[in-house]
Amino acid sequence: MNFSHLPTSRRAFLGMAAGSGLALAAGTGSTPVQAAKTQTSAKIVILGAGAGGASIANRLVDRLQGAHITIVDGRPQHWYQPGFTLIAAGLKPAGYSISSTEQWLPSGINYINEYAAEVDPDAQRVTTTGGTRLEYDYLIVATGLVLDWDAIDGFSLDQVGQNGLGAVYAGPEYAATTWRALDDFASRGGRAVFMRPTTDMKCAGAPIKYTFLTDDHLRRKGTRDASEVVYTTPGQALFSVPIVTEKLELIMRRQEVDVRRHHVLKAIDTSARIATFATPEGDVTLEYDFTNVVPPQRAPQVIRDSGLSWADRWTDQGWIEVDMATLRHKRYPNVFGIGDINGVPKGKTAASVKWHLPVVEDHLVSELGGREGTRTFNGYTSCPLITRVGRAMLIEFDYHDNLVRSFPGLVAPLEELWISWLMKEVALKATYNAMLRGRA
Amino acid sequence: MEEFKISTFIAVFEEMFGVALWWLLVAVAVVITAAYLYVLIRDRAMSMRKFLLAQLSMPFGAIIAVLFVLHITNSQFSDLGGPVDVIVLLGVALLGAGGLSILVYVAQSLFRGKQA
Repeated sequence: MNFSHLPTSRRAFLGMAAGSGLALAAGTGSTPVQAAKTQTSAKIVILGAGAGGASIANRLVDRLQGAHITIVDGRPQHWYQPGFTLIAAGLKPAGYSISSTEQWLPSGINYINEYAAEVDPDAQRVTTTGGTRLEYDYLIVATGLVLDWDAIDGFSLDQVGQNGLGAVYAGPEYAATTWRALDDFASRGGRAVFMRPTTDMKCAGAPIKYTFLTDDHLRRKGTRDASEVVYTTPGQALFSVPIVTEKLELIMRRQEVDVRRHHVLKAIDTSARIATFATPEGDVTLEYDFTNVVPPQRAPQVIRDSGLSWADRWTDQGWIEVDMATLRHKRYPNVFGIGDINGVPKGKTAASVKWHLPVVEDHLVSELGGREGTRTFNGYTSCPLITRVGRAMLIEFDYHDNLVRSFPGLVAPLEELWISWLMKEVALKATYNAMLRGRA
Repeated sequence: MEEFKISTFIAVFEEMFGVALWWLLVAVAVVITAAYLYVLIRDRAMSMRKFLLAQLSMPFGAIIAVLFVLHITNSQFSDLGGPVDVIVLLGVALLGAGGLSILVYVAQSLFRGKQA
């Protein structure tokens, strides 16, 4: 049986389908034959121990013998970010997304619990905030991105949870605080205002999901009629994939969500509950009773200062200049990128990370073995787009806006289905964790 | 690398339930299945009397399985949005029905003996 080129979610689903226990009780616990490890003394530095960094560390340990692998990350907590939406919908506690960074890392590597302070790709050296200098032969950049809260005038994280202010993507605790604000708002009703930034962002469907979840919660609490739900978008389209946009337009209309286009959040008055948006016609203010602030998202400053970023694209965001197929840096061939930090047209999701991993692994391990890597990334991105508690659309697409169907003839990508919700609720985290361990 | 591997399924299930619980569930399933085969071989026939009770337990197994899945997934019947959802729900019901009926049959055979 060959299920080649199937995304993570399909495996998870097939696993669920087989999940009575009885089916597996026949006991096919065979271990796949491990390829011989590649001998090397290469010094490999991985920046970031999140989804991309931890996973590639585990994969490289499995494939390489003698490599000196160092992983650098200052945050002791690992965050399962796809869980933030569920936390902010009151379905999971904050702890659902929190684990320790260290628990996902393999033994036999050097883990430095500090951030990178300087990256010099010419000298092939990383300096940490603690002053440790790390020379490398290969660098894997998997830092993720940073949320630029300072770009929103008047916003402060310490106000989240008060006066209807939410910030789901600031972290698990903030997501939980946002849920309390949403639940409080839904008890009374009023105007909820949502948005996305002009920059690229992680999981571009996330603010839309949260808009729908808010609508759902208002309906369940019986306050939808007394409420107004507003979704603002910086451009004309709701989503980067045209056919998905068409479907979202229909759902927005059905759910009576007021869509305002060409709106970019620039300031917020949290005590007066007024959001100010830049629009082509000048500034527009919107009063709100509940909002989820989504600020611009950019590469961490240390990466933007390193010279690894594109010089002529995403200049306000700083994503690194990698080949969109091989994820190898275009000017520094001993540098690779995994995850949100990559300057590629699509793919700032954990599902994309899943597909970045074998590509980077292949090219790096092949080179160390004296061969040339062959694998490529096609832009695969996946978003279980929740439309209410209990239903989601499994949206998967590639660089060319093709809808990728993991389950052709079974799970329609533009249908709001329970099975897609089950994948998000039950199978996704387990698959993600297996990915972190290098096993999926 | 991207070919289907049983180890990937196992890894996902280990993460879903925790390593200990997952293998405990597998062990329980193996034991019940083995016990079922044991009583069939021991008795050299299916007892229709025991099978009747096992059959009567099936709707309960189906309902319990469906309600359990709905509960742990924050779902309700109205969330079913297409044919595939109905198939999944029926599959859950079928597994619950089959699982409980085998359990009931085995329990009768082991505790009430061959003749009962």
